[in-house]
Amino acid sequence: MTENHLPELAAEIVRRALAAGATGAECTISEGDEFSASVRMRELENLKEAGSRAAGLRILAGRRTGSSYTSDLSRDGVERLVRSAIELAEITTEDPHAGLPEADELGSLAGDLGLYVPEVDRLETEFKIDLAKRAEAAALETDARIVNSEGAGFETHIGRHIFANSRGFSGEYRSTYCSVGAVPVARDGESMERDSWWSAARSVDRLEPAEQVGRTAARRALRRLNPVKVPTQKVPVVFEPRVAGSLLDSIFDAVHGMLVYRHESFLAGKLGQKVASESLTVIDDATMPGLFGTSPFDDEGVPSRRTVVIERGVLKSYLLNTYAARKLGMKTTGNAARGLAGNAGIGHGNFYAVAGVQTPEAIVGGIADGFYVTELIGMGVNIVTGDYSRGAAGLWIRGGELAHAVSEVTIAGNLQDMLNNVEAVGSDLEFRGSLASPTLKIGEMTVGGK
Amino acid sequence: MQFSESIFAERFHITQRDLEGYLAEALSQGGDYADLYFEHLLTSSISIDESIVKSASQGVSMGVGVRVIAGERTGYAYTDDLAPEKIRKAARVAAHIAAGPSKVEKIDLNEGAGHNLYPVVTAPAETEFAERVELVKRADRAARAYDSRIFQTQVVYADNLRQVMVATSDGVLTVDRQPLARLSVSALARQNGGAPQRGHAGGGGRVELEFFLHEKTPEHFAREAAREAVAMLEAAPAPAGEMTVVLGPGWPGILLHEAVGHGLEADFNRKGVSAFSGRVGQKVASELCTVIDDGTIPGRRGSLNTDDEGHPTGRNVLIENGVLRGYLQDKLSSRLLRTPSTGSGRRESYAHIPMPRMTNTFLLAGRSDPEEIVRSVDRGLYCANFGGGQVDITSGNFVFSASESYLIEGGKITRPVRNATLIGNGPEALKYVSMVGSDLRLDEGVGICGKEGQSVPVGVGIPTIKIDRMTVGGTA
Repeated sequence: MTENHLPELAAEIVRRALAAGATGAECTISEGDEFSASVRMRELENLKEAGSRAAGLRILAGRRTGSSYTSDLSRDGVERLVRSAIELAEITTEDPHAGLPEADELGSLAGDLGLYVPEVDRLETEFKIDLAKRAEAAALETDARIVNSEGAGFETHIGRHIFANSRGFSGEYRSTYCSVGAVPVARDGESMERDSWWSAARSVDRLEPAEQVGRTAARRALRRLNPVKVPTQKVPVVFEPRVAGSLLDSIFDAVHGMLVYRHESFLAGKLGQKVASESLTVIDDATMPGLFGTSPFDDEGVPSRRTVVIERGVLKSYLLNTYAARKLGMKTTGNAARGLAGNAGIGHGNFYAVAGVQTPEAIVGGIADGFYVTELIGMGVNIVTGDYSRGAAGLWIRGGELAHAVSEVTIAGNLQDMLNNVEAVGSDLEFRGSLASPTLKIGEMTVGGK
Repeated sequence: MQFSESIFAERFHITQRDLEGYLAEALSQGGDYADLYFEHLLTSSISIDESIVKSASQGVSMGVGVRVIAGERTGYAYTDDLAPEKIRKAARVAAHIAAGPSKVEKIDLNEGAGHNLYPVVTAPAETEFAERVELVKRADRAARAYDSRIFQTQVVYADNLRQVMVATSDGVLTVDRQPLARLSVSALARQNGGAPQRGHAGGGGRVELEFFLHEKTPEHFAREAAREAVAMLEAAPAPAGEMTVVLGPGWPGILLHEAVGHGLEADFNRKGVSAFSGRVGQKVASELCTVIDDGTIPGRRGSLNTDDEGHPTGRNVLIENGVLRGYLQDKLSSRLLRTPSTGSGRRESYAHIPMPRMTNTFLLAGRSDPEEIVRSVDRGLYCANFGGGQVDITSGNFVFSASESYLIEGGKITRPVRNATLIGNGPEALKYVSMVGSDLRLDEGVGICGKEGQSVPVGVGIPTIKIDRMTVGGTA
């Protein structure tokens, strides 16, 4: 990526918007270079390499807002960007809660957050392809039943994020991302199953070794072979960390400030109340160095921070941007997130459940009959009501042991009950992305099967 | 549309000779095939929440993607700058997937023919914003007026105008102008301070703005969303386990998209990783089932004059009277499998590599009276509407989530039940289809299909059908 004038351009776009009649303005510019290599059955399959950049503008005309974006950063392109946002403000409605953050709320975390590792830009193409090949080869060599592969890949992304507003904020940060992953296919007679595993980090040297990624993916696919569809019943359900992360995603949706003020969340109006079992503490922290949920400031220019969301089962805070905070009579928690167009939404930093003391083996060991879930599919989570019903696959627990594969079943319950019914939180918390959870055990859910 | 009238010729002054030069550059390292995908995309969106028009935005993006195929390998690069030196640089990057001397002497581009499925004079994206904002205001008013228990509505109107040009080293040159518009309404209902319930509705297509004034009005979608929210207020817990399921017509056609559509995309089958791999000619559904993927239905959300590889779209029979007939092919798969492309190569944008995708996927109508189908069920579930779905193409297991469903008791639709996910196995599920209604209906035009990180608009359709056995993921 080249040095260039993008921060100056963002400030210039804000100035032009004010000159054109806006009473407030904020501009986001993002620039990124992507690389991906995929291999399949030991041969290179796809190689992709490119860069792009674009700018987004949101303006206020009193209490009305308009926004626009463009990938054309020429003089004409910028002029159209400004004109378009100003024009659009004319069709929106006065909104008493619209506006930028207060000047004293703006700022950026100091110091190196470990988001950018320049070496990522200097990796040789052959080296990157080789990582993907090594991951896939290790998967194929794990077991004779690994007979096919959907492929393996290595990706990098190098990004630069710039934000400026008319209250004097101007900031930028760079970030790097690398990942290696594999999707092997296992077969035993008529049974065919795939699974995947990946590792992601800010730099290549912090990735899990490619061979380990491939072998883990292979073992995951192998243990799914010859699944049984179990009868419909109510049993304890254990979420392995990867799927427990999706449960954290549902908790995030339920504390999302926009959904809360619209009464679209089952946690609306529950601040200060007990909403989960005492074993559950959930934190959002965008200040943890090197992690993927970390940033120096949010997408409105408010410094990133750590927010305790659920503490020993009690709902302590929602996650808010400026708008949702004003609607709820609160202060922003620095969770504004946006693409290039439109008003800021809400995102999370590193959103995780605090680890408990039990090992996952001990959790499974204490269950006579239950379901250990390793994959969830579908979108059957209703945040308005908390109703939860998803397709699941995994392993049946019998006498404290993982006994056999299970698939083509559903698990169902209601999130309010499920949270109150978290009976165990594992010690195995690991940050593989911006959502993280250790193993979680829910006392009882309905497994829908035969 | 002719090349000379396209935005690329008129505004960016790109000539056929330029395109031939870029393709030659792309094949300079010995690739077998190359193509260019130029895209200029104008998008707008307007949303209303709490009866306040809170957001209106518009944007423009453009770029060109260069693809080179060498054997089974694909090299891809793109640029968001249409300057000749930037395009040539992207072509050189993509070219490196191959290693050797150029095998191509000369490329002569000829304009290919496509359909004319959306003869839209003024695209919605080109109309006055003042007209478009009225749509969200009308929908908001109508949803609130539907019932006093509706306490919150949100409406989003979004449109785009995508202008594309594809040039291939086979000599094909196509241009297309693809309008798309959608209106979506979400309503929340509550009674006596109880828990809220949500209803959703929406639709649109490759249409003029007139569509929303005369055919499917904001009031139509608003009433439908409000009706669903109010209906769900009385919902009891859904049942759990295997039972008879009746799907209503229209959007429940998402069953076909998940159960068979994805599993029949040629890339998965070429690689042998789909549960349908190697099953052409075999019986994979009851003989009442004929499943079609048709990209040529005028004005539909999933339709295209040519696919994103410059090939005309088609009406492809996937399953005929229960027997698997063929796969959805893009250029790469059809080259490797030596079969014709089915015009199914699609991509999200110039920054994405095309792959086989669905367009509008539906089940042909049968002979049963829809009411007779319900009457034939002693105890089961009637699903009127769905949210999304997902499939694991390797095991064949798929899910789709009912957003509005009712118990069937003694041949009658009785009580509404809460959201539940239905799960089945692709090559097995349709074997249990025992009745197919005469009431084929296509969905109203809201579908978005995701595959390997790429989203494209699609349509689905189905008549009322009865499935004798399917697992329902409720709690009761």
